[in-house]
Amino acid sequence: MKVWQCVVCGFIYDETKGMPEEGIKPGTKWADIPEAWACPDCGVAKADFEMIEV
Amino acid sequence: MDNKGIVVLGSGLAGYSVIRELRKLDRDIPVTLVTRDSGDYYSKPMLSNALAQGKDAAGLVLTRAADMAAQLGIKLLVDTEVHAIDRANKRLDTTSGALEYDRLVIALGADPIRIPVQGDAADAVLSVNDIADYARFRGLLGNKNTVRAELVEAHSNEHISTGSMRTEVAIMGGGLIGCEFANDLAAAGHAVSVIDPGPWPIASLMPEQAGQQLLAPLAALGVDWRFGTSVSRVDRAASGYLLTLADGAQLQTDLVLSAVGLRPRIALAQQAGLAVNRGIKVDAHLRSSDAAIFALGDCAEIDGKVQPFVLPIMHAARALAKTLAGEETPVVFPAMPVVVKTPAHPVAVLPVARDAVGTWQLRSNSDGVKMEFIDAEQCISGFVLTGRYAAERNEMSKQVGQRALPV
Repeated sequence: MKVWQCVVCGFIYDETKGMPEEGIKPGTKWADIPEAWACPDCGVAKADFEMIEV
Repeated sequence: MDNKGIVVLGSGLAGYSVIRELRKLDRDIPVTLVTRDSGDYYSKPMLSNALAQGKDAAGLVLTRAADMAAQLGIKLLVDTEVHAIDRANKRLDTTSGALEYDRLVIALGADPIRIPVQGDAADAVLSVNDIADYARFRGLLGNKNTVRAELVEAHSNEHISTGSMRTEVAIMGGGLIGCEFANDLAAAGHAVSVIDPGPWPIASLMPEQAGQQLLAPLAALGVDWRFGTSVSRVDRAASGYLLTLADGAQLQTDLVLSAVGLRPRIALAQQAGLAVNRGIKVDAHLRSSDAAIFALGDCAEIDGKVQPFVLPIMHAARALAKTLAGEETPVVFPAMPVVVKTPAHPVAVLPVARDAVGTWQLRSNSDGVKMEFIDAEQCISGFVLTGRYAAERNEMSKQVGQRALPV
């Protein structure tokens, strides 16, 4: 499980926690999130996210 | 055309975002970015919650300047001030020499507003508007801890509570940034006071019932709220500073942080004869009164509105990138809720104009509030979600513009 961070606003996506409020279940890998997904805080697309730690 | 290319002024979120979006469409147009800063890329919204993330200023840098330049294929002029824009010759006068442009993008951001205070330490009031300011602030926060840690060591036989390790920070301004800093500092164990002449937290964006939701959760972290008053004097004390408030109260503090708002940087544009108001006036294409000059971000006033938040910058950057790549594209803003990073009591708000006609309607209130702004046409045109409702912001955004349910 990895943690990813939005390069624009600092929003963090933790694969362990998922985003239940966005319909993304805990344990969902970054790779499995739809390409059309965008950061809920700033609207940045999946491609612009950056991994901060493993 | 475009042999001189596009010149972007400012390496903040607006400047870098427009280039990042442009490069998705066009790798070839020459782009030069001019910045008075180091050009390192960081996320400004993280400055007010870096402690919670366990990051210092250096840790907030996401990408070094040289790597940004290489990734984006741009020329980067760092530590460079622009003195003047010569519009007739499309040339900039900078501390690194003259620079010609075909099209210019101004993304210079905003300056912190400074409220005049009396006292012999008035110049000790800090503001944190960029990563260099943040490094200075954290240095002062850290120094205090070091000094006290040494004291603790020297008196290691005595019991000294962890409370004495705190730095006392007085924050001028209980708006969005003031509240975010208050939460971040208090959660890290510092003693925070918030002084604001307004009536409740984040009063410029939220109605009373919503703003008041922040009082208890932050007080539980130790935040000392002082509403309805302001700082009149800052004087040096034996240790730290003595603040005198307009209501006569006095406060002892180690640091004073001002977070009372931002003023768009318009001086360069104004001096060049561009149309300015509160910000640099641009139309929906982000174009100023000079067809070759564009502006976005905190320095811009788009169709009469200054919107100093992340989401409007992203939408503006995408539209402007298309226009710069050759496809004239106006920016269309959807409902853009503002997220307040106060983990003690999270908030998402879609603010309404100060003169908006309508009423705030309370829909739910347990562990937070859910409020809708219902306008004259009985439609939802704003909302506030606090506490456990904050997570509903995307759902709520979809209801904006629709008819409100009967009360």
